[in-house]
Amino acid sequence: MMSQSLSRDTAARTLQYAAGPVLLVAAWWVAYATGAVNSDLLPSPFLTIADTVKNIQSGRLGVDFGATLMRVGYSILIAVAAGVPAGIALGANASVYRSVEFLIDFFRSTPATALFPLFLLLFGLGDPAKIAVAAFAAWLVLVFNVAYGVLNARQTRILAARSMGASSLRVFRDVTFFETLPQTFVGLRTAVSIALVVIIVAEMFIGASDGLGHRIIDAQISYNLTDMYGSIVATGVMGYGLNLLLLLVEKSVIHWSGR
Amino acid sequence: MHAPRQGVAGADVVSPRSSGRTRLITIRGLDKTFGGSTIYKDFSLDLPQGRFISIFGPNGCGKSTLINMISGLAPMDAGEVLYDGQTIQETRISYVFQNYREALFPWLRAIDNIHYPLKVMGVPAAERRARVDNLLAEFEVKIDLNAYPYTLSGGQQQTVSILRALVTSPEVLFLDEPFSALDYEMTLFMREQLQKIFMKTRTTMLLVSHDLEEAIQLADKVLLLTRRPTRVAEIVDVDLAWPRTAAVTTSERFTGLKRHCLDVFWRQVKGE
Ligand SMILES: Nc1ncnc2c1ncn2[C@@H]1O[C@H](COP(=O)(O)OP(=O)(O)O)[C@@H](O)[C@H]1O
Ligand SMILES: [Mg+2]
Repeated sequence: MMSQSLSRDTAARTLQYAAGPVLLVAAWWVAYATGAVNSDLLPSPFLTIADTVKNIQSGRLGVDFGATLMRVGYSILIAVAAGVPAGIALGANASVYRSVEFLIDFFRSTPATALFPLFLLLFGLGDPAKIAVAAFAAWLVLVFNVAYGVLNARQTRILAARSMGASSLRVFRDVTFFETLPQTFVGLRTAVSIALVVIIVAEMFIGASDGLGHRIIDAQISYNLTDMYGSIVATGVMGYGLNLLLLLVEKSVIHWSGR
Repeated sequence: MHAPRQGVAGADVVSPRSSGRTRLITIRGLDKTFGGSTIYKDFSLDLPQGRFISIFGPNGCGKSTLINMISGLAPMDAGEVLYDGQTIQETRISYVFQNYREALFPWLRAIDNIHYPLKVMGVPAAERRARVDNLLAEFEVKIDLNAYPYTLSGGQQQTVSILRALVTSPEVLFLDEPFSALDYEMTLFMREQLQKIFMKTRTTMLLVSHDLEEAIQLADKVLLLTRRPTRVAEIVDVDLAWPRTAAVTTSERFTGLKRHCLDVFWRQVKGE
């Protein structure tokens, strides 16, 4: 009986999750079939799905997916390697942080895409420019969040460690670092979604020969609508997947969060 | 590294203890202001070591501030604190916080929380384990110490906190309202535990309490403080037998002490 109600719960949950996508495809199909949206702009959902499956099977969608994922991955790696230490250093010293707070806020508010021309001058047309812009935008978010986390770390635990005679370095490594982890993950998730946006746009407009951004704009130019829609959904899958992955990692690393 | 520092005193130093006199905590000329409001001004006090001392006084009079300063947790504006002639840094001090939730390290298992102070002192792993095992055996701890602190009850968490404070064999143990976040039943149990620890170790204890009954039950001396700027209203000797069982705390002598402390307290609060 217990397992029966359990499986009924699972079935109900699955139905709930599936309802959204099913409704979307249904609405899409109605819009397409009734001609409510010009069929020159909206292909049949089933054709789109079929075409996307074909593109996946041929491996071509996977190549572009992989290229974009690589670029996002590199930019995040750079942002983390440079941003976490910088954020810790800034957050450790409130007066230093205040003196650069305006700069960080300013550049955080500047659309990263406005920096493309500058980074093209610095890095040329290839991958390094794309990765550098994305890394820079992600870096700013990380620095801000890590510094904020360090500045606002709960004082009691730091005091406790200090009362045991721990050196400043030790307090930092054993306490402040862990106290900052939740905020670091908040920053990381934001950084990943920003990096994805920047990379996709960069692939569209600055000389890429692969990547989902390139694929979307290519499909649009050659008027391959099913490919265009399929590739857009693929970027969504990537963004959603990365976020989910980070949430799972966060949950297992910061097991104490909110407890 | 963790050798008792007073034990390495040279031949030229004759410890007052060895001469049979009471060891003292001496506080001299302590000043503290917070943003223009004076908490302590030229505050001086002698307290005996090896005793249980409770601190009781009006809310906001500076009880936490006092023990934070004399434990080295917070800076004083001026003044000197010596433990048996030695500075705060030269004395092995432990501190138990009111908010155990924010004082334990939730990323470490309870057992690793207890190990942590020894790690900081650089005690090798094998010796650390031995010392922790001794401590746990001595106090018959019945908590799953492989659990993370947040899975334990409030009383268990504060017990872990106290064990963490005791593992370094401190010369002085400070406790700032350690049981005020616990329910009544657990509070009674923890008072009993703390008594046992004191009777076993005879570690100098300084307990801040907002509960007069608790302050008297656990203490050899109750330090009654005035409103700010804070002075000593009275140091009340609690000459009751240990352990302080229910029979003791319901005795006429106990109620008499309580009435006396309450009188002093109300006089201070009303500012007479
Ligand atoms: N870090 C601080 N900054 C400013 N004021 C403080 C600080 N800590 C304590 N105070 C003030 O000093 C007074 C004494 O505080 P405290 O020692 O916590 O009192 P209590 O006797 O209740 O423990 C209070 O009025 C409190 O507001
Ligand atoms: Mg207090």
